Amino acid sequence: MSTAEQSSPDAPLAAALRQEIAEVAQHAEHKRAASTDALKLVQKRFGYISDNHLAEVAAILGMTPAELDAVATFYNLIFRRPVGRHVILLCDSVACWVMGEAAARAQLRDRLGIKPGETTADGRFTLLPIVCLGHCDHAPAMMVDEDQYGDLNAARLDEILERYK
Amino acid sequence: MTNFLVDGKPCSAKPDENLLQACLAAGLDLPYFCWHPSLGSVGACRQCAVKQYANEDDKTGHMVMACMTPVTEGARYALADPQAVEFRASVIEWLMINHPHDCPVCEEGGECHLQDMTMMTGHAYRIYRFTKRTHRNQNLGPFIKHEMNRCIACYRCTRFYRDYAGGRDLDVFAAHDHVYFGRHEDGTLENEFSGNLVEICPTGVFTDKTFSARYARKWDMRGAPSVCTGCGLGCNITVNERAGEVRRIVNRYNGSVNGYFLCDRGRFGYGFVNAPERIRTPLMRGTDGKQTAVSRGDAVAHFAALLSAGGRIIGIGSPRASLESNFALRTLVGAANFYPGFSTHEGRLLSLIADILSSGAVHVPSLRDVEQADTALVLGSDLPNAAPRAALALRQAVRGAALALAAKANIPHWQDGGVRTVAGEALSPLFVATPAATRLDDIAHTALRAAPADIARLGFAVAACIDSTAPEVAGLPADVAAQASMIADALLAAERPLIASGVEAGEESIIQAAANIAFALRARGKPVALMLNVPECNSLGLALMTNGQAAFPAALAEPASLVIVLENDLYRRADNTLLDAALAATHLVVLDHSESPTTRCAGLVLPAASFAETGGTLVSSEGRAQRFYQPIFTETDVSAAWRWLGAAGSTAGNHDCAGWATEDDIVAALAHALPRFSALPSAAPPENFRNAGCKISSEPHRFSGRTAMHADRNVREPKPPVSADSPFSTTMEGYYGKIPPALIPFFWAPGWNSVQSVNKFQSEIGGALEGGDPGVRLLETRTEAALPYYAAIPKAFASRHGIWQAVMLPRVFGDDEQSARAAPIRDRTAAPALALNAEDAALIGAAAGQWLACALDGETLRLALEIHPELPRGVAGLTGLAAKAFALPSWVRLTLAGPGAS
Amino acid sequence: MEKPLTALIQPDGIPLDLNGYEQAGGYQALRKALTMTPEAIIGEVSRSKLRGRGGGGFPTGRKWDAVPRGADTPRQRYLVVNADEMEPGSFKDRLLLEQTPHQMIESVIISAFAIQASIAYIFVRAEYVLAINRLTRAAAQAEANGYAGANILGSGFALAIHVHASGGRYICGESSALLTALEGRRPIPRARPPRSASNGLWGKPSVVNNVETLCNVPHIITHGADWFLSLSHSTDGGTKLYGMSGRVKRPGLWELPLGTPLNEIIEDHAGGMQEGYKCRAVLPGGASSAFIMAADFNVAMDFTSVPKVGSALGTGNILALDDRRCPVGMLRSLEHFFAQESCGWCTPCRDGLPWVERILTAIEAGEGRPEDLDTLARHTIFLGSDFTFCDLAPGAMQPLASGLKHFRAEFEQHINEKCCPWHDSAGGWA
Ligand SMILES: Cc1cc2nc3c(=O)[nH]c(=O)nc-3n(C[C@H](O)[C@H](O)[C@H](O)COP(=O)(O)O)c2cc1C
Ligand code: SF4
Ligand code: FES
Repeated sequence: MSTAEQSSPDAPLAAALRQEIAEVAQHAEHKRAASTDALKLVQKRFGYISDNHLAEVAAILGMTPAELDAVATFYNLIFRRPVGRHVILLCDSVACWVMGEAAARAQLRDRLGIKPGETTADGRFTLLPIVCLGHCDHAPAMMVDEDQYGDLNAARLDEILERYK
Repeated sequence: MTNFLVDGKPCSAKPDENLLQACLAAGLDLPYFCWHPSLGSVGACRQCAVKQYANEDDKTGHMVMACMTPVTEGARYALADPQAVEFRASVIEWLMINHPHDCPVCEEGGECHLQDMTMMTGHAYRIYRFTKRTHRNQNLGPFIKHEMNRCIACYRCTRFYRDYAGGRDLDVFAAHDHVYFGRHEDGTLENEFSGNLVEICPTGVFTDKTFSARYARKWDMRGAPSVCTGCGLGCNITVNERAGEVRRIVNRYNGSVNGYFLCDRGRFGYGFVNAPERIRTPLMRGTDGKQTAVSRGDAVAHFAALLSAGGRIIGIGSPRASLESNFALRTLVGAANFYPGFSTHEGRLLSLIADILSSGAVHVPSLRDVEQADTALVLGSDLPNAAPRAALALRQAVRGAALALAAKANIPHWQDGGVRTVAGEALSPLFVATPAATRLDDIAHTALRAAPADIARLGFAVAACIDSTAPEVAGLPADVAAQASMIADALLAAERPLIASGVEAGEESIIQAAANIAFALRARGKPVALMLNVPECNSLGLALMTNGQAAFPAALAEPASLVIVLENDLYRRADNTLLDAALAATHLVVLDHSESPTTRCAGLVLPAASFAETGGTLVSSEGRAQRFYQPIFTETDVSAAWRWLGAAGSTAGNHDCAGWATEDDIVAALAHALPRFSALPSAAPPENFRNAGCKISSEPHRFSGRTAMHADRNVREPKPPVSADSPFSTTMEGYYGKIPPALIPFFWAPGWNSVQSVNKFQSEIGGALEGGDPGVRLLETRTEAALPYYAAIPKAFASRHGIWQAVMLPRVFGDDEQSARAAPIRDRTAAPALALNAEDAALIGAAAGQWLACALDGETLRLALEIHPELPRGVAGLTGLAAKAFALPSWVRLTLAGPGAS
Repeated sequence: MEKPLTALIQPDGIPLDLNGYEQAGGYQALRKALTMTPEAIIGEVSRSKLRGRGGGGFPTGRKWDAVPRGADTPRQRYLVVNADEMEPGSFKDRLLLEQTPHQMIESVIISAFAIQASIAYIFVRAEYVLAINRLTRAAAQAEANGYAGANILGSGFALAIHVHASGGRYICGESSALLTALEGRRPIPRARPPRSASNGLWGKPSVVNNVETLCNVPHIITHGADWFLSLSHSTDGGTKLYGMSGRVKRPGLWELPLGTPLNEIIEDHAGGMQEGYKCRAVLPGGASSAFIMAADFNVAMDFTSVPKVGSALGTGNILALDDRRCPVGMLRSLEHFFAQESCGWCTPCRDGLPWVERILTAIEAGEGRPEDLDTLARHTIFLGSDFTFCDLAPGAMQPLASGLKHFRAEFEQHINEKCCPWHDSAGGWA
């Protein structure tokens, strides 16, 4: 299988990834308990969970697609729709609200042309609101992919965006 | 009883009840949504809030959800507390925030639990002024329409579909006020109980698509208490009629039989009644060989002439016709010339079943009994396909273990969330032994796959393990012996063991083995129940009536001058070539409601009433005789078969047929002639039953447009028809109050316009109907009765080289002759197929989807191959061939059919 | 002043590895605990008057004591660490998870031993990537060195520790929903009875405790209940991780005696308000606590004193509302959070909170109506405890009810003037 195929959300999951999921499921007391872990493994690889992958993971876990999707769609951080190469999670909770989250949001809109929930045309960024990141002493705060940023201000925000191509 | 106070008034309840149930039982109006008597309480909707006070001095109290509150002795509650009243109105207000208020175009309108509860709480003014959230709807297949915007998130749909019915393709998605109830993508709901969503949903999210096509409001339809003709279980249904058409079927609560739920075959399979291929006039074959319509009088005269002509006259009865019609034919031709319309094979099986069940040696369970079994063995039957409602009952039975664990932890059985937390996936033991996988396997302790003979041997072995005087099985492999002893131990350890089997197992020996197990348990002092499933709505009735009589194919082997066929397509039941010959050589009179290969052979066809144009009695596999009533009154020649037979008989001078003017007459004659049916008249009140001097209205009091309904055809108001056979008035005039349970035409009570009003008709919530559940049981255990053990143990199955034992794999949609004519059922019917296990398929070099040729009944069938890995080697499963079931099981040769052919 | 919880935090932000932790006295408490009976440990924790730091303040010893003991009880028991920390304004557990992973692991092992659990889960919110990595490594090291796994330090006690990353939902922090989440199902809170102590994860006896709560346990074992009580200024034992955010000069976290006065935290530790800002009110313990107004800032921050001024200690992480931010806007932000994070199970919460949020949005935008205040007031009662299924919605009503009381004038001003008097409700950069 070519790499291109492997990274397509429409192609079947690679054997190694299926194996990894099966192992996680094996370790869980009931296979179903591995559902978030398994979905995250797929998401790490593809950015989101396509319908095909949902069905595949469900089969490995002995669940139906509906059962797995019922869990998947509950969570904030499991994406069932395509996202950009980088996901910006901008905290919209109260401490950041006090400290200027709106300014950060406005600046992101100016620089990237997207509102929360949208993806840039070039597929580089998806901007999503997120609940309190536990970084309130450094509000306003955000995450880009797995990196955490606090004490945002105009200059710092621009500088951070530069790091993600 | 537990005594407590509500709003200062003394009330009492059973000790294990919750407060909501107790209030409803006391006749109090307390609104609710998420609770359902069959699903228990989860406390989600918060609609049933009431105040609870710690003691006499507590004036503030605190809010509790009635459904989550066990009633305790001396407790004090207030429904009328102002804060509780205001809170309940607020709950409705919240539920209405996103509700579209589309009642005028909503099919639930007028029978909507949400409407009722809204009225009940008094919430009337909307102050929410923001936008409503909206959802996209899904196409859920031919049965169910989806309108998610009406959803109030009570979670009843998923709790029914998943937790109660075991469905796994309907779920709840997303969170907060975006929760969405549906499938993960568009597509047909897979579970065969999906239709109950229509009644489980308290508003119009899930509605009946088949009804939608010919919609009328609840108050604009006649209701007739009826009995489902979809299989042998006899679920109670209400048939709704308007303007001469069946508009829909809804569940009719019967606490002993179907409770709140029907299967989709029964609910959506009524289309044959309205179908164009219905026979509505008598047809006579002219000299040109064509069947043409003739008058009623000519038809009767011709029939009478044939009867008077002498010679050998035989009558062939029908397992889908009423007892009355079968009895009429039996009377007309004489008992000796009356043959049950079973295939030879089925006839043997049904005689055996009739022998066992009528012996009084074992308890024949109601479906309620099945639900209460604590250990069950299903021997040879694919219940989810053959008797779906029984499979649903077994699904509840296995929850017994969980309820017991919960009881130990002091969690009341109705506290559903708590029970599931404590008990997890604990299941009471259920053993399934069938040739192919079944949709009960997911809850089975052990699901065994074996060829029919080996299933029988396992069963015999179980019996021998239980009682050493039962015949032993010689040469049993060690693993099977171990399984048998495990099953025997489990059955012996049970308090209420159940054995289920039936004709679809296809082997007498399996039924005999099942009976042996029941006999053995009884010998060991166990209160065992034996359920033997039969295929059609009156199979058992006919078997009981003709017990000992050979099935019709034997009778056709000898020449006859006249053959009378009652509501039966013989081509589904006997060798087609033989039939062609036999029917061509005789005069043939066929009475039926729809065209079939058999009616096409007839010289005279008489339009028999379907279950919707007459009344009658059917005997379910429980041995329960149940009366169904006529919803459709039209001025056609269609009439009950027994009336045709009576008219022809009396014209021909047969005095035995002369006295049948009404249903009651023929029931009385039947009960008199056949002692086995002596209880029949008590199945339902007689025609002359009156309440307050009135007949019972079969149309709601608000029925509209009666005088205008026919205005497109006739400006005169037709005189309302009269029902000579029942205590029903055919209009809204008449009595509608406390009605004997067998006669309830629709469940409706003041303030309760939805199906939830059934609460008001029960002696205890979720229990029997007030006045007793409808029907009369013909088969009861007698202490002194006993049957000897069956000893004809078959030889172990041995696969043969180059040929396969073909067995029938039943299918819920399409197997039943009548419902198969309904378009939505046809939509759900897959093409016939042949199943093999993978090794066997490899043996003949066939892959899944490939065409195979298989000779059956002198015909070569081309069937697509399905791989069923679990099928035993040497066995071929045929699906979708119910019309060829008479030829099975048999040994068949399989060959690859040329490429590309279809 | 002793700071047992944070004493081992390194200035460079790199936590002690196993060696370093051992050298600093780590895992000695575990050795001691293994010589004690589970009953003795529970007794010591009970005497220490350790109360839960997850927001509820339930006495930890009592919670543990409720787990059925004895031969006829289920052998499988679970200890679950609630490291979900999604309450807006709270960021204390993260410090312990990221900076003292071995302390967390040791706490887990001792606590599991006390309730005789053989499996422990640490349920961490997904965004705490660093914490998840460090905990996972620490757990593996502990196991490799005989502190976890089979036959711990030769005692015969066995414990498997799993670090579970959440999919991200505030309701997962509710202890029963957390268990449902661990089972791989939609995390809907569970009905009681049963209690998790007897029937929790997979129906088996389970204890759910907060990160900070558990991290106190090794120190109680090492130094005893009396010492623990002596750390506190209150009748309950121990120190507390107090935090502060908002427009203060030095936002942050401090381990202080339980019962430290609020104004001391604001003024001394957080350095007081930034130039040009005044503190009008605080949420003392996260988004689910009621406002404390400036007049009450002398309150001692402990479980019994804060309720006397109409609020609750909650997580002890304080958020300041300054005089340049609109209280209605702040409430709108809070209720937006709660409305989004409602699990969708019970009606009042699922459908009431979005309505509350929309009313607040309308009022903030100058589109409020006088009767809106009645609707809001009604919600503060009808989304209260007993009325809803779990404590999410009642928590959401804490700031709203107190806000309606204390900021009534501001609400009316919005409605009367048909605009937000702060105009800058969007808020600019600091
Ligand atoms: C909606 C909701 C969210 C909660 N979130 C958390 C949380 O993130 N962390 C936590 O420790 N407790 C949380 N709690 C409290 C827990 O339910 C539980 O009381 C606590 O984990 C018990 O631990 P403790 O006794 O050690 O405080 C939450 C409660 C509710 C109702
Ligand atoms: S209050 Fe109700 S809807 Fe809200 S989170 Fe709790 S259970 Fe879910
Ligand atoms: S019926 Fe009681 S809460 Fe829903």
